Amino acid sequence: MVQAVAETQALLSARGIDKAFPGVQALEGVDFDLEAGEIHALVGENGAGKSTLIKVLTGVERPDAGVLTYAGQVVEVRSPQHAQSLGISTVYQEVNLCPNLSVAENILIGRQRRRWGRIDWPALNRRAEEILRRLDVDIDVTQPLGSYSVAIQQMAAIARALEISSARILILDEPTSSLDAHETEQLFGVMRKLRRAGLAIVFITHFLEQVYAVSDRITVLRNGRLVGTFGTASLSRLDLIAKMLGRELTEFADMSKIKLAGRETTVGETRLVAKGLGRVGSIEPFDLELHAGEVVGLAGLLGSGRTEIAGLLFGVDKPDSGTLTVGGKPVHHHSPLASIERGVALCPEDRKAEGIVDDLTVRENIVLAVQAGRGWTRSLTLAQQYEIADRYIELLKIATPSADQPVRNLSGGNQQKVILARWLATNPSVLIMDEPTRGIDVGAKAEVQRLVLALAGEGKSCVFISSELDEVLRTSQRIVVLRDRVKVREFAGEVDEHRLMQAIAGTEHDQD
Amino acid sequence: MTRTRPALSWRRIAEGRLFFPLAILAIILLFDLAFDPAFFRLEIIDGHLYGSPVDIVRNGSTVMLLAIGMTLVIATGGVDLSVGAVMAISASVAAILINPDFLELSRDAAYTFTPLPLVIVLTLVVATICGLWNGILVAYWNIQPMVATLILMIAGRGIAQLLTSGTRIQIFYEPYAYLGNGWIVVPVSLFIVGAVFVVAWLATRRTALGMFIESVGINARSSFYSGINEKRVKLVAYMFCGLCAGMAGLVASSNIRTSDANNIGLNLELDAILAVVIGGTALGAGGRFSLLASIVGALVIQAITTSMYAVGVPANALLAIKGLVVVAVILLLSAQFREVVGRLGTRRSKTA
Amino acid sequence: MLASIGPRLARNRRFAPLAATVSLFAVAYLFGAVMYDGMRDPQVFLNLFRASPFLLISAVGMTLVILSGGIDLSVGGVVALTTVASAALLRAGGIDPWLIMLLMLVMGMVLGGAMGFLITYLRVQPFIATLAGLWVARGLCFWISDDAIPIHNRLYTVLGQTRILIPGLSDPVTKVGAFISIPVIAELTILMVAIFIAHYTRFGRTVYAVGGNEQSARLMGLPVNRTKMLVYTINGLCSALAGIALSIDVSSGHGLYATGMEMTVIGAVVIGGTLLTGGVGYVIGTLFGVLIIGVIQTLIQFNGQLSSWWTPIVVGALTLAFIGIQSGLAARKSRPASSRRTGQGHAATGETALQEGPA
Repeated sequence: MVQAVAETQALLSARGIDKAFPGVQALEGVDFDLEAGEIHALVGENGAGKSTLIKVLTGVERPDAGVLTYAGQVVEVRSPQHAQSLGISTVYQEVNLCPNLSVAENILIGRQRRRWGRIDWPALNRRAEEILRRLDVDIDVTQPLGSYSVAIQQMAAIARALEISSARILILDEPTSSLDAHETEQLFGVMRKLRRAGLAIVFITHFLEQVYAVSDRITVLRNGRLVGTFGTASLSRLDLIAKMLGRELTEFADMSKIKLAGRETTVGETRLVAKGLGRVGSIEPFDLELHAGEVVGLAGLLGSGRTEIAGLLFGVDKPDSGTLTVGGKPVHHHSPLASIERGVALCPEDRKAEGIVDDLTVRENIVLAVQAGRGWTRSLTLAQQYEIADRYIELLKIATPSADQPVRNLSGGNQQKVILARWLATNPSVLIMDEPTRGIDVGAKAEVQRLVLALAGEGKSCVFISSELDEVLRTSQRIVVLRDRVKVREFAGEVDEHRLMQAIAGTEHDQD
Repeated sequence: MTRTRPALSWRRIAEGRLFFPLAILAIILLFDLAFDPAFFRLEIIDGHLYGSPVDIVRNGSTVMLLAIGMTLVIATGGVDLSVGAVMAISASVAAILINPDFLELSRDAAYTFTPLPLVIVLTLVVATICGLWNGILVAYWNIQPMVATLILMIAGRGIAQLLTSGTRIQIFYEPYAYLGNGWIVVPVSLFIVGAVFVVAWLATRRTALGMFIESVGINARSSFYSGINEKRVKLVAYMFCGLCAGMAGLVASSNIRTSDANNIGLNLELDAILAVVIGGTALGAGGRFSLLASIVGALVIQAITTSMYAVGVPANALLAIKGLVVVAVILLLSAQFREVVGRLGTRRSKTA
Repeated sequence: MLASIGPRLARNRRFAPLAATVSLFAVAYLFGAVMYDGMRDPQVFLNLFRASPFLLISAVGMTLVILSGGIDLSVGGVVALTTVASAALLRAGGIDPWLIMLLMLVMGMVLGGAMGFLITYLRVQPFIATLAGLWVARGLCFWISDDAIPIHNRLYTVLGQTRILIPGLSDPVTKVGAFISIPVIAELTILMVAIFIAHYTRFGRTVYAVGGNEQSARLMGLPVNRTKMLVYTINGLCSALAGIALSIDVSSGHGLYATGMEMTVIGAVVIGGTLLTGGVGYVIGTLFGVLIIGVIQTLIQFNGQLSSWWTPIVVGALTLAFIGIQSGLAARKSRPASSRRTGQGHAATGETALQEGPA
């Protein structure tokens, strides 16, 4: 893109934004600039702080520290409504419209023009058509919104954002997640058109090719801190990934080889074998072997299929192809309960939705899976439950006044430990951990990693999934790399850092 | 640090849960006492215990039975509107089993076509099947509980009518009447409630079922990930609710010695839901539950009614007062309400 | 010509439930007309309207409530209360009957508004709040009077007995022929007003929006709370109106009237094609829901062999069938659980922009 004037005053500027939630510093000293007439990509792995930054910009959250400047004036964005009135509009991944109303209505409801006290439908429909045509969308606006694809619904949401609040800044949060290639191109066309008209667009996405396809500048966040803002044209893909994952790429010349953490002891028997295991629309058929006493790390960017693999191995999802063998016996029944009985455990990615049962106590949360495995008739006595709970509270140093605290009252990190305790209590032979260090403080992160190594030392077979490449490198003996729902490579013993980054980035054939 | 004495903490939780409904009940009973000092007088006549408190318990038997089953359903995050209709179906089934040729009733008090134990068992089986139907709709077909059970609520009465060809069947078989009218010092129905309560308590608190139900109600997805078969848990809850409704139907029809498809259990589902809500189980959300608290909740509702009569309030006002009490209780329980009242004290809250 | 039928059908897909209801009515009526001579008398058709004012007026109000995603179980109580209160006031004497009617409407709005307040601002579940309202209303009935209070009032008699002859179907000279009554005019007027509100006012469109997705409606800046309050208030008004119509019809007031009416009203709305979950449906559909109930009643009457308790059974069965179909279709459309986990942990927090906590 051509920078029209050398000194373009930033439309929106954030300096030194801090935001903390109980137990975790979500943003620390983040700076962010947005100029009129640009498409600015915001990237970072989960937990990097993208979502929080947007919430601060749009008034959903108030920053603990920092200054926001809008069109030259210092502002405090008090609420989402206030943000809208300032001209900052957001379109979220799940389109926040009413699927039962017509497209035209969704765009214009609240602002319908009336004739003699009654809504003028023909005028409404015509206006909606006009607005959409400016976005290169030509559809029957009288049909219910819900009858159209997500792509069209998004266009309607964008249309409303532009129309209702005469937006000057448009934030698109993961807009392409549900779109196919063609629809994505259409969206890009609209974005470029809006850019030409002087709109500032913040484009949050985890699809890196799309970042390169359409954005002018890229801001990278990591662990709540700003890594930097770069012109898209001047940042190579490899560089970008390195920055996202926190690896500083060294010169080609002194490229170092990393020795993967390993126990000197030999790896034990094969615990789990997956052959050609796959699920349509979720993960391409892959092969994987897990052995006793080893840690296998799954590396890859967001959306690469790591959680999907975890889900298939644990039985949350049923595979469409391939075979799974655990402890030498083929698996026919795929369910979490069956997995527990087989000695496979999964500490899931989404603590809130898939992990904690927030009104139950710490004790109950910890024994839940064990109890499920025993069935409802053979219940653990209260004394047994306390014994188990106390053991793990001590082992994992869970900070709680007592085992009878509702888990809801614990900090994120401690909640994560409770979930981990739950799965450790089932005494699994295979333990899969999906982002166990996300959203917890640094000290706890270190503890978890130490724990993983200790577990492997005890002979367990561990799978460690993390967006923090550092962690994966530190704990794994083998690294499986995923990209775009496909397993692309496996590294063992020693890994060439560059090769690893390239595998993740998919730039094996690029030179830089 | 975490070595807490198990028994003590359990009691603490139960206390917390029971406090509110017991307090309300206490208030109502004290109010009665103030009006009628003889309110609590119990007499033993012919070996039977009489008195207002006994009336409360006896008349509240059906709602108590319903409340036990309803508690489990609401704890899973659902609701069962069909219990009244299931009561009617159960009553019809029992009547037909006793007198299959109901158009030509045998008025012999010792005559029954089917032995009483079998009548009871078959009726309960039918009632449980009704619960199974509800459970399948909710757990496996993913239909909203209110809608799914509404279906049986509407259709159930029709079914009950069809079974009896629209007539009210009088039941002359004397042992049957024992269920609702008999006395062993205290009314038999109290023992029945006690028995069902004990069964339910054993099933939920002496096994892991109670924890599973609570877990499913709070977060079905996390429960699934933890290895709990949430579908089956919900199914069991609805089946048990059906069973309780069947039992309630037997007691109710035994009480009036008739199977009245139109009136048996009419509007009782609402009383049952209220009893559970007063007992502290969250409607809509589910989660933590207490069977004992629901029973107290049922007693509260019945106490309001009985107290009004005892105190001499015209039956007319009864319904209105009941409605107001319900609102008051719901409000007190509603966290939202407490929040709003709190905020009104400080600043004007802006609402859209 | 034929080629355009396909696309045209697809475009108007959303009218399918309504079409089903109307066809059901037509088929039932035709069936009756074929089977029973008496049913071919046009008066029979008009009687469908004459017999139903209180049901239709109430159902119209209920349609709006259900469209907004709520429910109102108090309607029977408010109707009964209106009949009793107005009968009592009329008996007391000295008050202009028009004023009494106005008072009843105000009372209905106050009751509706109270429930609306509980539901909207205190977040009490509509089910419970309106149930309490039902009990309070019925309770008040009996507090006023245990027995039925007859109404002897000229205005009421005039309103109830006046026959409005239909031109073309009657003889103006002999004053004999097909006729309707004044309450029929009232109910049709209210129907028109409701249709206008639903489709031509911002309030009506907000009702649909709230029923479709309340949270989105809020995020879109619509006055959700105000709309919810209003919808219950309006329904209270409709219930009171329905009560007036009923008291005109039966010339008395009693707390036992309209027992169980809620279910019939909800049935009419559901049969009329409105989804119980809200956001979808047409007010005109409710008219046909009421007409269908009327036809069923008529058919049973003409049959003479089936006793009248078959009516609620058939209505119940129909309601049940419609609910079942609605739910079945909805259940099939809901997304399977695993698609929510798409490896983008974002999706979990993307649920609502207003969630606390870090990404």
